[in-house]
Amino acid sequence: MTSSLTITSLRVPRRLRLGWLPSIAAIAIVGYAIVAGGYIATVVSFALIYAVFVIGLNLFMGFANQVSFGQNAFAAIGGYASAVLTATYGWEPIPAMLVGMAGALLAACAIGYPTLRLKGHYLAMGTLAIGLIVYEITVEWQSVTQGYTGISGIPPLGIGSFEAASDRAQLLVLSAVVVLATLASARLRRSRVGRALSAVAGSEDAARALGISVARYKLLAFMLSAGLASLSGSLFVHVVGFVSPEVFGLHMVILTFTMLYVGGIGTIAGPVLGALVVSLLPETFRGLKDYQDLAYGAALILLLIYAPRGLSSLTGSWGRR
Amino acid sequence: MTRLVLEKVTRRFGGLVAVDDVSFAVPEQGVTAVIGPNGAGKTTLFSLISGFLPPSAGRVLFEGADITGLSPERVAARGLVRTFQLAKLFEDLTAQENVQVGRHLHTRGGLFGALLRPPATRRAEREVEEKARELLGFVGLHGQADMPAAGLSYGQQRLLEMARALATEPRLVLLDEPAAGLNGEESAALSRIIRRIADQGTTVLLIEHDMTLVMNTADRLVVMDFGRKIAEGTPEQMRRDPAVIAAYLGSAPTPGRPIAADRVAIGSGNMEGALHG
Repeated sequence: MTSSLTITSLRVPRRLRLGWLPSIAAIAIVGYAIVAGGYIATVVSFALIYAVFVIGLNLFMGFANQVSFGQNAFAAIGGYASAVLTATYGWEPIPAMLVGMAGALLAACAIGYPTLRLKGHYLAMGTLAIGLIVYEITVEWQSVTQGYTGISGIPPLGIGSFEAASDRAQLLVLSAVVVLATLASARLRRSRVGRALSAVAGSEDAARALGISVARYKLLAFMLSAGLASLSGSLFVHVVGFVSPEVFGLHMVILTFTMLYVGGIGTIAGPVLGALVVSLLPETFRGLKDYQDLAYGAALILLLIYAPRGLSSLTGSWGRR
Repeated sequence: MTRLVLEKVTRRFGGLVAVDDVSFAVPEQGVTAVIGPNGAGKTTLFSLISGFLPPSAGRVLFEGADITGLSPERVAARGLVRTFQLAKLFEDLTAQENVQVGRHLHTRGGLFGALLRPPATRRAEREVEEKARELLGFVGLHGQADMPAAGLSYGQQRLLEMARALATEPRLVLLDEPAAGLNGEESAALSRIIRRIADQGTTVLLIEHDMTLVMNTADRLVVMDFGRKIAEGTPEQMRRDPAVIAAYLGSAPTPGRPIAADRVAIGSGNMEGALHG
């Protein structure tokens, strides 16, 4: 047993050194998938698409300490805008994606303005409703969305004559998006805006007493989160080539929440790591056949018991949520 | 010049009148303290001044402008900043980062500045860091800069909250029981810091129960009881004011026997304790 004095003197350098571990683990997994290709590449592609969504969720839930069960609504807006504009109207993927994102941002602004007055459980209920409403719209607006049948024949990602059709090309494009989104969230955190969000997360009263417009920063975080959700929705439909309402249903909400908490809410690398681990975990238990789900569930419970603040918090710097 | 004027400010909660028709003025120079027994309405008064609660009646004038009913962030932007009775720190942030948040009003920059980090943003960030370090030094927390706020001792947390409020460069700072929970030594250090804040031109209005601190620090007192202002004047005058003594004793002293008043002398600690003991 070491004395408490030794522990405190050792802590700082050790944690600094381990701070990069989550990022290195994530890079290793993606690198392996790019080299190996095949099934694992497909699993990792989906993980990266979810990672974009979870990075957004983390801005709102981690940085600003709010709660939303409805960000899937914005993924649906982005995904359907991309699907309809490219498959039905023959647009290029990038402009379709941008239109979807603009739509998601407008919707987030219009919905967020009244909804973000709610707090805690009420905000959770309010945002849950947003997701359910958009889901119903995708089911019922058959002339555009083709209801449960869904839209197929969506082209892969690409610009002009270049198309990221192969597994590896897709993985590279998705990795680039995830790296950029992660770096952006890291820069955001260490900025005036990031500090204001931390203040909102820490104490709304204290933030207001220091002249920070709490309502404005909540809305900003909500919109950024919606923008990334929309991007991830668009990426999904281009990678799969098909979209139906179920893609952006409640299953997505539960899955992305698990990713955020397993990876480490409020951390920088947590969303990516969480998305990768939660996506790969069921695959590692595939050999257990009938017991696969049981093992997956048990593994999640163990993770939340031994790393309640997420995998990144095990190595992250002190005090960061 | 007057920094702050309260005109017949009243706040009702249902049938309870927490602040009843209170008027007083706070001059630019020096330290003014609001004292009174528990439940006298002091903290409610602070909330009315700082915009956290709208008054039911009356007006609040800051530097001549009517700020009644403005939101707390608007009030803060005008240069009137408060601290809280129970320190509300950003616990996940370090001491340094807590103070940096206080520079919000004196910096510009949104998303593009954050993501692209142009030279102007970097320069501003360096200034923010420097200013925060300077303020931590001012309150004596330079050694705790990188500690998370939640890890600081109670006294240090109070000082950090003051440094954070000062980072907004307020012209009037409201301190709600800054010495609560501090020991004698910490309280004496706090008293010196408050004097220095006032000497640098920031008006200080504080609520305090620690009578040693109040008597040593404040230039003027406003005494409240049951939501009303019962007296106002210098600490010397207040110590001999029958209404003040009555509020603290629960009954009027016998005329011609200023013993009770004398016992509320400097060094006696808590006025209530001194009188009851």
